[in-house]
Amino acid sequence: MSRTLSEAASKEVLAEVGVPFLDEAIVKTAQDAAAAADQMGYPVVLKLNGDAIAHKTERGLVRLNVADHDSVSAASQNLLDLATPADGEVSVLVAPFVKSNREFICGTATDPQFGPIVLFGVGGTLAEAVADVSIALAPLTHADAFDMIDSLSTQTLLEPFRGEPAVDRQLLADLLVALSAAAQREDVSSIDLNPVLIVDGKPVAVDALVEVMQ
Amino acid sequence: MIESLFEPKGVLIAGASSHPGKFGFVMLHNILASGYKGAVYATNPRGEEILGIHTITSVDDLPSGEADLVILCTPAKANIELLRQCAAKGVTAAFVTSAGYGEAGPEGIAMQAELVAVAEELNMALAGPNGQGVVSTPANLCAQIVAPFPPQGHIGIASQSGNFVSSFMNWSRASGVGVSRAVSAGNAASLGVSEYLDFYASDPESKVGLAYVEGIDNGRELFERMKSVTAKMPVVILKGGATAEGGRAAASHTGSLASDDRVFDGAMRQAGVRRATTAEEAFEAAGSFASQPLPKGNKVAVVTTAGGWGVATADAISRSSLELLTLPEDLEASLDELLVSRWSRNNPIDLAGGETRDTIPMTLEVVANHDAVDAVIFLGLGIQSNQARLMAEGEFYPDWGLERIVGYHRRQDARFAQAAADLSQSSGKPILCATELAVADPANPGPATVAATGRLCYASANRAVTALEHMWEYTKFLSRD
Repeated sequence: MSRTLSEAASKEVLAEVGVPFLDEAIVKTAQDAAAAADQMGYPVVLKLNGDAIAHKTERGLVRLNVADHDSVSAASQNLLDLATPADGEVSVLVAPFVKSNREFICGTATDPQFGPIVLFGVGGTLAEAVADVSIALAPLTHADAFDMIDSLSTQTLLEPFRGEPAVDRQLLADLLVALSAAAQREDVSSIDLNPVLIVDGKPVAVDALVEVMQ
Repeated sequence: MIESLFEPKGVLIAGASSHPGKFGFVMLHNILASGYKGAVYATNPRGEEILGIHTITSVDDLPSGEADLVILCTPAKANIELLRQCAAKGVTAAFVTSAGYGEAGPEGIAMQAELVAVAEELNMALAGPNGQGVVSTPANLCAQIVAPFPPQGHIGIASQSGNFVSSFMNWSRASGVGVSRAVSAGNAASLGVSEYLDFYASDPESKVGLAYVEGIDNGRELFERMKSVTAKMPVVILKGGATAEGGRAAASHTGSLASDDRVFDGAMRQAGVRRATTAEEAFEAAGSFASQPLPKGNKVAVVTTAGGWGVATADAISRSSLELLTLPEDLEASLDELLVSRWSRNNPIDLAGGETRDTIPMTLEVVANHDAVDAVIFLGLGIQSNQARLMAEGEFYPDWGLERIVGYHRRQDARFAQAAADLSQSSGKPILCATELAVADPANPGPATVAATGRLCYASANRAVTALEHMWEYTKFLSRD
């Protein structure tokens, strides 16, 4: 059996192995959310956070581009109200709202034949429909990671794109190698970073879901 | 010993038959008819003479130490006892053609397990069961119940489907690009595709592995094995069941995106294995590895006698990881001296129909020897010989000077094909000749001479591009740190 970790706990596990995340705050109340946002600067993203919450977008538990103190307070309360008893203990995750026009997916899974694998692909809500991915077995060398990046079909997304610089392939390879290290941990059965945004050419994971063996 | 499968000093066919429709006859026939030089023995319940061989009624009558390979064409139930008798006579390898094992329900599965255990106990290499046989051209050994016996060469074939062994060997015969060893793994109870490829990797007769696989028992082990094989030789794999999805219920997007086929694909790529999507692509990639030097880079020059072919080839190159070379100034200047002024002045190098006697060999030489060129694709071989055929078959032949011109055209195309092979060898660069005449008229002196040089004549430019891309990807893999 396996269970998922909350977004915050997932990020904690992955930050340890070197996955780049934004500075975020985890708070229990709408008031604290607004205070955290004041300190972070606007706009922000708000998400309901909890161990049993795996697919936030599908459940409408994400608020993007929230612009000021009062809106953060109201939106946070609304998210907390949407929690169901099945969600268990919940909190609000406050993060800077970053703009990006490129989304990738990076993750790991455990294949019944080949064991732990690392996946890189075109991400976002259309990831599964587009299905442009490359896969390699963990542990990855940097050469493996570069080859995964090079073998994505949609190479235009990695080159200079709509006024943004090319993706820093070294940082992306570092991220995949970090995931490979996490995938080697016996208790980790899968990891989703979807999306990994490209900001100023650098990859930043804005969502994380770690599935662990029980 | 797996060596005894491919280089036996003597062979025993257990279950030889005098009925030409039976496997036990066909096996003996194919071994004898293909000129195997070692000793051949056969068992037959009645001790009949078959194809000039005085069969023995029992393995007890086999002289000790004379045969090291046994081919079992016997009912499955007889095989355990036969293995023991053979081992006592010095046999170290067995190929089991008999069916009724792992493919045939619980009882067969149990019999297969016993077969494996007994072979292990006897320290005997076990191929099959339920396999079509083994081929080893250096030993003139055609120990299989199917055709053909391919020409000798450097492709080592291993397949989970015996009929794909036949397919690959038929292409070998048709193209002239030969095979070193070939084996139908059957149920692969003991030896499987990865063990055979492992053997080929250290076999001086084999330069490339060509495999067909369907089911995989242990992906991680296959991956590790392939990684060590590809460090020594290129491997081309065709996989059946590519579209069958694992139907994995996954909590994560990654899990649902990581279908069985995509994982297999990624693992093979990471291990340096070249995966082909069709059987002909697989054979042509292997045939290219076996007969052409690896490209050191991805810059391709296309030499063509006609514009349209060049354009289509450039399109195929642009869809691949290869690059169409931008002609360096000095190369353009050298070509200017050789070619009519209307030549393309660009890559594809279109000779624009201005060729005289020596234009093609000289152009190929200048292009292949330029440092900026990593590979050459030559289009237009055989055109004149094609016209020569029409002339030779027409009612006016041999008058009106037709005999002389037909001979000239044929000599010229043979010369162009030979020049391409010689230049490839001297420059150390792949030079691929592509023309549909390779299949439309293989007797045309253009493609026929390519085959005589031991190389593939590609049936289209895009197939040449695909083969060359496989070679370039393998070069890249080898240069990875």
